[in-house]
Amino acid sequence: MTTAEIAGPRRIAWARRQRALAQAWRDYRSSWPGLIGLGVLAVFVVMALAAPLIANHDNLDPSKTLTTPLWASPAHQWPLGTDYVGRPIWDQLVYGSRISLLVGLAATIIAMVIGSVVGIASGFYGGWFQAVLVRVTEWFLVIPFLPLAIVLAAILGPSVRNVIIVIGITSWPGTARVIRAQVLSLKERPYVERSRALGAGNRHLMLRHILPNVSPLILANLTLTVPIVILSETTLSFLGLGDPLRPSWGRMLDEAFSNGAIGQNAWWYYVPPGVCIVLVVLAFTLVGHALEEVLDPRLRERRRR
Amino acid sequence: MTFRFVGGKVLGSLGTFAFVVVFNFFLFRVVETNPVGTLFRGRNLTEAQRAELRHQFGLDGSKLDQFWHYLVQLAHFNLGRSYETNATVFSEIWTAAWPTIALVGISTLLSTIFGVLIGISAAWRRGSVRDHGWTTFTMTTYAMPDFWLGMLLLIVFAVLLSWFPIGGITDPTSNASGLGTLVDQAHHLFLPCLTLTVAYLGEYALVMRSSLLDTMREDYLVLARAKGLRDALVRRRHAVPNALLPVVTLIAINFGFVLSGAIAVEAIYSWPGLGHATYQAIRAPDLPMLQGLFLVFSASVIFFNLVADLAYSWLDPRVRTN
Repeated sequence: MTTAEIAGPRRIAWARRQRALAQAWRDYRSSWPGLIGLGVLAVFVVMALAAPLIANHDNLDPSKTLTTPLWASPAHQWPLGTDYVGRPIWDQLVYGSRISLLVGLAATIIAMVIGSVVGIASGFYGGWFQAVLVRVTEWFLVIPFLPLAIVLAAILGPSVRNVIIVIGITSWPGTARVIRAQVLSLKERPYVERSRALGAGNRHLMLRHILPNVSPLILANLTLTVPIVILSETTLSFLGLGDPLRPSWGRMLDEAFSNGAIGQNAWWYYVPPGVCIVLVVLAFTLVGHALEEVLDPRLRERRRR
Repeated sequence: MTFRFVGGKVLGSLGTFAFVVVFNFFLFRVVETNPVGTLFRGRNLTEAQRAELRHQFGLDGSKLDQFWHYLVQLAHFNLGRSYETNATVFSEIWTAAWPTIALVGISTLLSTIFGVLIGISAAWRRGSVRDHGWTTFTMTTYAMPDFWLGMLLLIVFAVLLSWFPIGGITDPTSNASGLGTLVDQAHHLFLPCLTLTVAYLGEYALVMRSSLLDTMREDYLVLARAKGLRDALVRRRHAVPNALLPVVTLIAINFGFVLSGAIAVEAIYSWPGLGHATYQAIRAPDLPMLQGLFLVFSASVIFFNLVADLAYSWLDPRVRTN
């Protein structure tokens, strides 16, 4: 009696996936930068989730901070000082992490979905359909991203939702191209041919055979897209296209700069948001490179030499 | 390089540009059904003023008429008039282009040189303290928002130390002429140029490092060493020239993108270039100006992509045969 008869194919597949995951984690653990990146990310995620516990949302409203001094330097009551209308920086920083991370993740997910669908479809199908998709991808690759995002954001109006949409629909072409290249080689593999010979349709092939095999690639791409997206959000917000009611770190820098924090020498206003951005971006980049190494044996090979 | 190959590339770029021209039209007229209403929301305009604005922007008539109008005007290099200054968008962009070209040109040159040198230094002694130091430095500068770096440099070198002016391109109080003006402009150029150089050098360094690492595994380098060549010679004559290939492409592609990427940095230093013009057009908001700027930025990216393609296939014969 074999295991397959006792356990059934699903259980076997599940056990195999668990083993693969455990192995991937063991490989990942050997990368110091990857672990540091993960740790930093954990800190910021906790900060964003626990925002109501460690900061006071009322302090973001200038009409409720009338009693606090303006441009106060860091003190016991205001660990990071106050801004030009007397709002404490710490509370803005904590609540800003929510917006920056939310935009970073949500826009990346939109970009990944569009990129994966276009990449898989253009790699899997041939003929004019594929040609059109490839052309469109190339067009989006050459359209300068920042001006396009600026124009879109200016037309749609400033809100968190619009910033997410704008960045999401302008950040997918790179992913689409990488995934297409992988799909082109995957669809020639014998197991795809075997499945087709057994009568599988295009839908089944794409969802059950192609998608699972490109998903590690999508994951690695995701972690490397988040930092770019966060930087884009920062720039858009700095240019005044962010949500004025729900400030992100980029928006804080915009307000600090336009309200003369430089002249006031208020380092506590413009340094903390920038440091947070650098840390989060760096952390995602480290995690992304570590994941790439785990998923791409050739890179691992190079590291061990 | 055959005529057929170059012609194909040029035609492809023209096709992409045609797409951008059409896209630019739809972006401003069709996505938003009432641009006048959106751009001037919160302002009191009479119906006559609205009609006038619509006419001025070429927004009256059917969509097809508008499109035809837009193409004809574009063919005459007429991009409309700026809402803010009432000068033609074309002349505004023309004046703003030169400071940007100077800034981006010099900083691209510097960031390439330093990036490549850092990349070589890191890759050649892979895993050494120097390699880790450079990689940490380049990844950190790569992770910085360029305008934040600009703010920090501005505060340290212009506000606290007063070594450099805080913004603009010339000192309005100075009456220097000739060489004096040039020195004054160079003095103003220094900080924005330093910002962009540091912000972009990371990418070149990382690409150069990984490209050189790939090259270093090639057999001909082993052969060169086996022949008894000195280490420095192997590096200079055999490894670096081949590893430079991807950097060359990156320079051309980036140059197109950096034109638009300097928006926030130019805004910080009030450098009167295309980026600063964009910043003001957003704040206004100035629709014809944004439209013209978007077209110019796209055209420059497409053009430099073409240059990158041609340069790459000229330098690397393997690309042509494929």
